[in-house]
Amino acid sequence: MTQGPGKSPAVTLLRIVRYLLWAAIVVLVLAVGAMSFSVWQAGKSMGLQASSMGGPFSVVDTKGERVTQADLEGHPSVLFFGFTFCPEVCPTTLYETTQWLKALGPDADRLKVYFVTVDPERDTQEQMAAYLSAFDPRIVGLTGSRPEIDGMLKAWRVYSRKVPLDDGDYTMDHTATVYLLDRDARLAGTIDYKEAEDTALAKLKRLIAG
Amino acid sequence: MNRRFSRLSGALFALFLAAAPAAAHEVKVGAIEITDLWARATPPAAPAAGGFLTITNHGSEPDRLISAASDAAEKVEIHEMKTENGTMIMRPVAGGVDIPAGGTVALAPGGYHIMFIRPKAPLVEGGKVAVTLTFEKAGAVDTFLHILPVGSPGPKPDADAGHAGGHDHQHMNMGQ
Ligand SMILES: [Cu+2]
Repeated sequence: MTQGPGKSPAVTLLRIVRYLLWAAIVVLVLAVGAMSFSVWQAGKSMGLQASSMGGPFSVVDTKGERVTQADLEGHPSVLFFGFTFCPEVCPTTLYETTQWLKALGPDADRLKVYFVTVDPERDTQEQMAAYLSAFDPRIVGLTGSRPEIDGMLKAWRVYSRKVPLDDGDYTMDHTATVYLLDRDARLAGTIDYKEAEDTALAKLKRLIAG
Repeated sequence: MNRRFSRLSGALFALFLAAAPAAAHEVKVGAIEITDLWARATPPAAPAAGGFLTITNHGSEPDRLISAASDAAEKVEIHEMKTENGTMIMRPVAGGVDIPAGGTVALAPGGYHIMFIRPKAPLVEGGKVAVTLTFEKAGAVDTFLHILPVGSPGPKPDADAGHAGGHDHQHMNMGQ
């Protein structure tokens, strides 16, 4: 290594320190950027913001009892949305929920589980009751008038859209994510459609313990 | 002696049939081979049911599944389902499902299904549901789907649930 004139070791050292500091700043900025990007991505992919979710609603269960936001408080809850004219996602989620409740054992009784229809015109109380009889009896089916259901979907930021099929039939695009609510009825987490059973169970155990 | 032997072997054959795995039958029509034919049992009052199967085209020409029909439901359609950003979307498949030459396409949960709209009777686990599949080139074939439990992942739970089109391997005859 040669040193040019006027470049004492001290100056060189200072310059190295300055470079290192700048490098550290660049790394920090990149790291913060990447972190906030991934957080933003996660939020965007879920489309959810815990703070803006929930609020008053009033619907009925399959026995005709009113269910409101107050029924989500004081215990952890599992909340998901679907419709019975659904060959795949909804029966699968109901089936998996039935398996989760079985696997949780007695702890499952500390949860309340609600399956809310996005299609109240076809999913009457009777229809929901018959359909849900194939699954764990602790799963409570919720329906109501169109405005009542819309109110609940809006409160929980649930997307749903009626899509016509032939001959007057229709299907519903809808949010298939399972919401996990803490005892204050705040969103504490989610379970995605087709999430592995062990991660789903770990989340439910955490929810019950929390 | 001969007759007794043939009666015995007939009985053995019947026993073998009875003991064969419930969801293992194959159907051939032209260059098309269909395997893993199954449907999910429906909850009571279910207005819809899903049927699934795997199609392999052994020919050198592409083919297409253009329709499915059944007396077991008021209407039968071919649908595609997907989840996008947590939203479930189901749509009728316009024009049918392409089966590339030498390719295998699965109608499987998370992708294509045969949609039975308003089944005339609930689909009961262990039963069968008759279906007629029509291919553009291979023509029509009458067969049936084995009814597996509600929530069943299918006869091959670890099978690739996506659209396996483009895979050019032959469908392997598992087990048996
Ligand atoms: Cu469908």
